[in-house]
Amino acid sequence: SSDLGHALRTYSPSPYEGAPSCSTADLNKAVLESQYLRYVTKEVGSSHWDEDVRQEVCRILEEMSQNLQLGSIRLMAYTLTKVLKRLFTGIFVNMEGLNMLQQAIQESPVILMPNHRSYVDFLVISYILFTYDIPLPVIAAGIPLAGMKMVGEILRRSGAFFIRRAIGSDKLYWAVLSEYVKTIVRKGCAPLEFYVEGLRSRTLKSLMPKLGMMHMVLEPYFKGEVYDITLVPISISYDRVLEESLLAHELLGIPKPKESTTGLLKATKVLQEDYGNMHVNFGRPMSVRRLCQGKINRCQYNLIPRDLPQKPSAETQACVSGLANLMVRIQEEGSLISPWSLMACLLLQAPTTVLTQEGLLWHQLTEKTLWLRKLALDFGAHLNWPGQVPDLDVMSSTVTLHRSVVHLKAGRVYLVREEEPVRKHPISPELDVIRTAAAVLMLASYRNQSLHVFVRPCHAHFPIYELFAFFWFLRDIFSNEFIFIPGKSSQDFEEACFLLNKCGAVDISEQEVIVSDARLEVLSFLQALLQPFIHSYQVMFRYLCEDGGNVFTEKQVLPAVRNRATKLILSGELHTYEALSSDTQKNGLSALQRLKTVTKSEQNEYRVNKAAVRRIDDILCESAYFKYS
Amino acid sequence: MASNSSSDRQRIAQQRLRIIAGHLRAPVDSDSTILAAECKAQGSKTDVSSERKTVPRRRQEILKWNGWGYSDTRFLFNKKGQAEFTGKRYRLSGMIIPALQNWFEGTFGASVQHKSPAMPILTSSAVQPPTLNEAFVDELKSTGIPCSHDAEDRVFRGHGHCLHEVFALREGKVGRVPDIVVWPNCHNDVVKIVELACKHNVCLIPYGGGTSVSSALECPPEETRCIVSLDTSQMNRILWIDEKNLTAHVEAGIVGQELERLLNESGYCTGHEPDSMEFSSLGGWVATRASGMKKNIYGNIEDLVVHVKMVTPQGVIEKGCQCPRMSTGPDIHHFIMGSEGTLGVVTEVTMKIRPMPEYQKYGSVVFPNFEQGVACLREVAKQRCAPASIRLMDNEQFKFGHALKPQVSSIFTSFLDGLKKFYITKFKGFDPDRLCVATLLFEGDREKVLQHEKQVYDIAAKFGGLAAGEDNGQRGYMLTFVIAYLRDLGMDYYVIGESFETSVPWDRVLDICRNVKARIIQECKDKGVQFSPLSTCRVTQTYDAGACVYFYFAFNYRGLSDPVHVYEQVEHAAREEILANGGSLSHHHGVGKLRKEWMRETISDVGMGMLKSVKNYVDPKNIFGNRNLI
Repeated sequence: SSDLGHALRTYSPSPYEGAPSCSTADLNKAVLESQYLRYVTKEVGSSHWDEDVRQEVCRILEEMSQNLQLGSIRLMAYTLTKVLKRLFTGIFVNMEGLNMLQQAIQESPVILMPNHRSYVDFLVISYILFTYDIPLPVIAAGIPLAGMKMVGEILRRSGAFFIRRAIGSDKLYWAVLSEYVKTIVRKGCAPLEFYVEGLRSRTLKSLMPKLGMMHMVLEPYFKGEVYDITLVPISISYDRVLEESLLAHELLGIPKPKESTTGLLKATKVLQEDYGNMHVNFGRPMSVRRLCQGKINRCQYNLIPRDLPQKPSAETQACVSGLANLMVRIQEEGSLISPWSLMACLLLQAPTTVLTQEGLLWHQLTEKTLWLRKLALDFGAHLNWPGQVPDLDVMSSTVTLHRSVVHLKAGRVYLVREEEPVRKHPISPELDVIRTAAAVLMLASYRNQSLHVFVRPCHAHFPIYELFAFFWFLRDIFSNEFIFIPGKSSQDFEEACFLLNKCGAVDISEQEVIVSDARLEVLSFLQALLQPFIHSYQVMFRYLCEDGGNVFTEKQVLPAVRNRATKLILSGELHTYEALSSDTQKNGLSALQRLKTVTKSEQNEYRVNKAAVRRIDDILCESAYFKYS
Repeated sequence: MASNSSSDRQRIAQQRLRIIAGHLRAPVDSDSTILAAECKAQGSKTDVSSERKTVPRRRQEILKWNGWGYSDTRFLFNKKGQAEFTGKRYRLSGMIIPALQNWFEGTFGASVQHKSPAMPILTSSAVQPPTLNEAFVDELKSTGIPCSHDAEDRVFRGHGHCLHEVFALREGKVGRVPDIVVWPNCHNDVVKIVELACKHNVCLIPYGGGTSVSSALECPPEETRCIVSLDTSQMNRILWIDEKNLTAHVEAGIVGQELERLLNESGYCTGHEPDSMEFSSLGGWVATRASGMKKNIYGNIEDLVVHVKMVTPQGVIEKGCQCPRMSTGPDIHHFIMGSEGTLGVVTEVTMKIRPMPEYQKYGSVVFPNFEQGVACLREVAKQRCAPASIRLMDNEQFKFGHALKPQVSSIFTSFLDGLKKFYITKFKGFDPDRLCVATLLFEGDREKVLQHEKQVYDIAAKFGGLAAGEDNGQRGYMLTFVIAYLRDLGMDYYVIGESFETSVPWDRVLDICRNVKARIIQECKDKGVQFSPLSTCRVTQTYDAGACVYFYFAFNYRGLSDPVHVYEQVEHAAREEILANGGSLSHHHGVGKLRKEWMRETISDVGMGMLKSVKNYVDPKNIFGNRNLI
């Protein structure tokens, strides 16, 4: 009943001042009649704005457009209250962030930029804003959601607008979408919410931001159509993610189920379980105007009509990419790290056979976790470690919450593997590897939640004579894997040294970085943290220079690398199961592409420069097996 | 109807004036169509028409030394705290303005209790003794051209009306000022002065009406030579009127109001009415590329000028004929117009004149919001049916204008006002905090004016505009004449402010207005200004391809240690914002020294090179050394 009361509450937000509320029809009309679309139509070939094109644009808009209605919001609020209450023990929101947001929304158009870790993210922001009387956002969503019966329409009415995947070279579609987004920002009719990472992270690690939407959102500022735009990074952190097992399987090449209403209904069994807490941290609103000061020359639009389609200048692209990466970094910094994530870091550093067979001593794990807690705090992490409860209780309840991944028995911790279906024959060793890998990848994804805290120091655990070179090299190799803001390598380096110095791992004098013997513990932890990535990349690189041909496609290479990794694991040469993750493999491939050792042709074929890959592998090898003297 | 009878009255008044003038004037006939006036050497005869002269040599006799306009005219808050406008010169003179105090205190967070009075008189000890070039002075004196190195005379010519200039004067601070002031009486006097200046290497700075708002009159502090201020104010005759070609040949020192009055006596006008026309001079208009309120009918200065004579260190530059248009290479007038005193002194100008309009009518339209108003102005420009003047004030400026309503004498008028307000805000649903008003001025023969009026109001109606009466319109125009007096009032109470302008393509008008106003507010906040500033604009001229936008900006500076510096930083930021939004560096105020830093990006390197090479040829010794523009 109080849930119903909540859904029917008086809702009177104060919107962006000077923005007349604009209906769906007004918005669509403005897009349809925009000068920009006229120019684009001419460009795509129609010599004039004929009826066909107009109808095509209308169709696209119909498919795309949101239809935000308070009634649906109330329905949504009611349902969500029910669902969220069942799933989570609590949802925590930082009120100061909300207050700043409330203020910001009245001053300029606001872009809400949450990270995306679970389907649950999708409406939770709207739900919170509804609860606190803040104008509801329109939300960019993937088109598959629109295809769900009923649900699609409900989402649409809750403010979702739908974007096709793989727009590719469909210029008209691209134009309609970009005009649609820009019109929302220009008119400031509602806050705009989108995932700058582009999609749900399968690894719970932040993804390289996608820049298309970011360009659309920022352009009205560059062109002076709005005075300022406010970006609000939002970090959503889960104690336990609903999709944990699905994600791990997806990474192993088992496709995700298609989004459908029946699928959703089937998934209701996940509702039976406990997922702990959810934390939503609204970051400090950031003024695009201030962020772009000195980076963008707005005069560049003075000599051409602003509606004329133009490729963004190099300066603009660099600025947009910098901002997008910055937002992801702030999302990372704002996210809360659970005790479980720290434990996952440590569990993964134990040999897998220990986890699956003899088990890891519980007291060893807890001691090490407490040590790591201190290190994380030294590195500036936001921990979600309950203070009033004894530390041991915190850790054991954590393990209980994650009983799908580990279980504690007789003072030892074991990795939980999927139950074996009853079979006549024992399963093949390859299938057994997959079973273990699924569990390891689940564990890895929880480790990934805190990876950003350690990643910079991780890259700097080398002696001084090679320190910066190594740091730079690793940062370059892993820049698809971890979020680094482009062009800020020296700041990253300084930060890394500062943190290492702070935790006492190294003494940095004027010219030397001296490793203090007593603190080898920190350094070996950091080294071990990075090792799965280095080893996984090496599997990939070696496959490319030894087994594969010179030309290949992605469809060929991923299974082949996975096979090679499986063999290596079985033969005991490779210790990390993460090499089986398609995400790591793809990132490795992109890194090579960025380093120009692999080039992609227009037919989506890759061509590899084997000698260059070998060179990279050699350096990687050196850094992986570096031993402290 | 009212205007009609008033124009009748005007005609009668003019007739009388003509008769009186006939009595006063020397036998040179007033009836002949071509008036001739020879250049009289100073001192030989007293000029018969001297009584009529608007601007005497000693400006301090009628003008304020540390503020705007006439000494007898100012705003003040009387003992009851009500605002009053003193003097007899303006429509508003002698009236009580009841709403001003409230508006003033409410807008700025100021109080009539907190005064920041100016230094009452100039102490001559504050003025540096002149650096005189004796040889030059001796030769100058031998020509008989009057000159002075009196401190007051010098200080008067060392500044324009930028905020920092007036602020310093009010504090009694005087920087580098000219060393001598010289008053040529005619073109030949100027030729002599320029020759002497070249011979003795002194720096000449031409001075017209002194209304510059670009630091153009400031003496460069690095100038070590003797600086001579060449005051053209005594060259103020209409030399002839050519009724066959509708042109008048006029000395460049004449100020706007006198030029119009003299032409009106003959039934003509130039129609050039910049807001500063009471004090600004013809030569100044040419030198800065001035623009007049009624340019839609009469054109801007570049459209009005037929022939210009300018004295430069290389000699006199002028065209050989008085032709309406020529294809003879780049137009040399365009080297002169906008040269801002860096190349020479404009001495005589032939201008187009028009018969005085038979009928004038003010009007106004209220729009629900600024966006609609701009859309309407754009449509009017598209249809090329702009009246003599059309201006769109934003909401803040509308309220400002409203605060200047004089006390109404009858209950009936105030009742009508109330009714109007009720109709617009309640009946039509206009939000009083969003609505804005366009002011209109129609001119021409009566029938055409009425027809034109209907056309414009019909367009306005399409954009949700409601006709709001002649009174609102007229008050809008009054605001531009009294705004500078109002600034002085503000400065008496810790409020400083300024206006600045730009021109911008149509599609960017709304964006530039919004962004520049917001930037001003933000910069004030960032710079520690305690109270939210007044930041308002109007679209003040329309063109085929764009519009001219005028910004007012003022704030309460209590609590700031260096208010002028803060003010300058904010203005600088506002100009950057204008340029970033595709606006021009200036529409008609000019560049002076205030906006020099942006010239290169405004006209490109090659453009700068062109201007510099002209300067190098015309004035290699930098005699005209005010260092404006480039």
